[in-house]
Amino acid sequence: MTASEFDSYRPPEPPRRRRRDRDRRSKGGAGSWFKRGGDGAREMPVVPDAEVEPYTSYYGRPVVKAPPWKKEIALYLFLGGVAGGSALLALGGQVTDRTALRRNGRLAALGAAGAGSLALITDLGRPERFLNMLRTIKPTSPMSLGSWVLAAFSTCAGVAAAAEVDELTAERLPLGPLRAVLRTTAPVAGAGAGLLGAPLAGYTAVLLSDTAVPTWNAVREDLPFVFVSSASLAASGLAMITTPVAQAGPARALAVMGAVGELVAQNVMERRADHVAAEPLHQGRPGRMLSWSERLVVAGGLGTLLAGRRRWAAVLSGAALLTSSALTRFGVFYAGLESAKDPRYTVEPQRRRLEARRAAGQTGDSITTAG
Amino acid sequence: MTAQPGRQVANPTADAHYEHPHSRRGFFTDTSICIGCKACEVACKEWNRNPADGDYEILGSSYDNTGALGANTWRHVAFIEQDRERIEQARSSGRALVDLGMPGVGPPPARTGSARTAPSATASTGETGGAPSSEGTAPPDSPEFRWLMSSDVCKHCTNAGCLDVCPTGALFRTEYGTVVVQEDVCNGCGTCVAGCPFGVIERRTDGLVTTPPSRDLPASVKRPQTGIAQKCTLCYDRMKDDETPACAKTCPTTSIKYGRREEMLSTARERVAQLHEQGMTEARLYGANPDDGVGGTGSIFLLLDEPEVYGLPPDPRVPTADLPRMFKRAGLAMAGMVAATATAFALGGRR
Repeated sequence: MTASEFDSYRPPEPPRRRRRDRDRRSKGGAGSWFKRGGDGAREMPVVPDAEVEPYTSYYGRPVVKAPPWKKEIALYLFLGGVAGGSALLALGGQVTDRTALRRNGRLAALGAAGAGSLALITDLGRPERFLNMLRTIKPTSPMSLGSWVLAAFSTCAGVAAAAEVDELTAERLPLGPLRAVLRTTAPVAGAGAGLLGAPLAGYTAVLLSDTAVPTWNAVREDLPFVFVSSASLAASGLAMITTPVAQAGPARALAVMGAVGELVAQNVMERRADHVAAEPLHQGRPGRMLSWSERLVVAGGLGTLLAGRRRWAAVLSGAALLTSSALTRFGVFYAGLESAKDPRYTVEPQRRRLEARRAAGQTGDSITTAG
Repeated sequence: MTAQPGRQVANPTADAHYEHPHSRRGFFTDTSICIGCKACEVACKEWNRNPADGDYEILGSSYDNTGALGANTWRHVAFIEQDRERIEQARSSGRALVDLGMPGVGPPPARTGSARTAPSATASTGETGGAPSSEGTAPPDSPEFRWLMSSDVCKHCTNAGCLDVCPTGALFRTEYGTVVVQEDVCNGCGTCVAGCPFGVIERRTDGLVTTPPSRDLPASVKRPQTGIAQKCTLCYDRMKDDETPACAKTCPTTSIKYGRREEMLSTARERVAQLHEQGMTEARLYGANPDDGVGGTGSIFLLLDEPEVYGLPPDPRVPTADLPRMFKRAGLAMAGMVAATATAFALGGRR
């Protein structure tokens, strides 16, 4: 109470409430802080009360940061898979003398790798420095190893595809004496691209998992299997679209195997991962993408198996498989970004594993210590 | 396995093959004497010429209107308001740590005795809380309410996730054991942002502070540090001149201390033992354990509640620790892909 005469008209102050009680009351709804004293009779807070909820996080703010990657990276995940798988199919075509399969595979490998590289470069913060990626070879950095794989793959795929283009244009490329060189190196380059195909399709899984992003890190055991399956079925789908059915037999077989592999791998992945950290794989847009991807895999796989020898069915199934692979990559990509935004996905699994270790009597490896 | 107190802390400069490494430097941030003045944030921004973050909006999170660490914010003061219930929870979770016999707990005399009895004693004395000590540095801690303030910073981990995953080598280990970005090498790929278990490093989207002469430059002229990863350098430039980092130099309560890491570690251990003796069992160290998921941090913190309350991860683990296993799994998957393709050609043999 003040002694000022200007305050004499004020009613007596109610007894002080404990802060805890007031907070319990104000939990009623958002905006209650400004209604309190809103009639002008009492002092009014200028800023909202800070939350006094039980803390599991700092005002719900993320603990880890999502990488600044945009859709270009997800697109690259897809294109890298298509490129790697196509190069493998082209190598098979080269070995078994299926010229159309070989040609289409080589062209697809170069096209996808080239477009993917451009997507990667545009996503850099300083695109003009993209060559710095080849500044070192760093085994602890999947992105460093991946850059080398991509560079080597693209070189091989480029040589192999150049030979195909030269053949397609009836030797109209102004090559001169280099044509003989190209002819002899093309098979070697094709083999090189084929051998680098699987690493190119699979390293991106390690790249995503080797981060503190909760969902990507939680699926690290099984994500490579999902990604190589997805790459196989995407490349097969593309080959089924571009290649006549007579030569696309191996592509159809690989498509079915890839579809089965992906369905199994994705289920195993979701079941084995930490159930909290795997939640974003089932929610929102990423969840819808992944469930549609599953449906399209089934549709494309069945279509290939039952009617793959018909051209129109092969094209439809191939398109379904390609779309499904893209949806898988985008879904996994965005699920990870979502998981980084909510501190729950970081704190809860970490807290749980910490408690489990403590319960098992393992207390020496906690970052929090009593002294 | 329990680490011995005073055990030799790994100096990460050895991994970096420095021929003449200096002693490892680090911070010790004693949050129990932080007053939340944010002088560290200001000093850091001024020294490092970091641009402003955001539009000066009020975030509704106590006095914290900075938000989080980021490309432009290398020191961030967290404010947490707690009622009696939370204080008691923090006390008991801290006491549980002591009872677990966590590493590095020496046998401070009469620790357990005072730790067990003191909380109730403080509660009964009401407003005086945190038993006034002879040093006079006891934190203001009333049983009704308390304010936690903590100045967060890059941890300069022994096993740094950002450093491990950087593909260009832009991030490097300095001769002082800290982790620094080379601004002219980084190409802004953003992998380090995902690699950091503490959410510290970030890719800068805007430019430097625009000084009057540079404002007239056309937009096509690139600001030198746009688009690259940025984080605390532990004032590498000042360190080379034997100067204290800006934040530690400016801290009016010595809440931020800077020095050789071993010294920081022993200071931290003394301080936490002192607080335990005063009955503040909620005091605990963060980052002092060389056996944790990141091999210990260069920046050690004394916290008064669970780490997640301050927005710190409770059990961070450097992702690269699992990398050999991931490569094995990926290798298996890639072999499977080759095998499947070979099988496909065997099956689809009919032309």
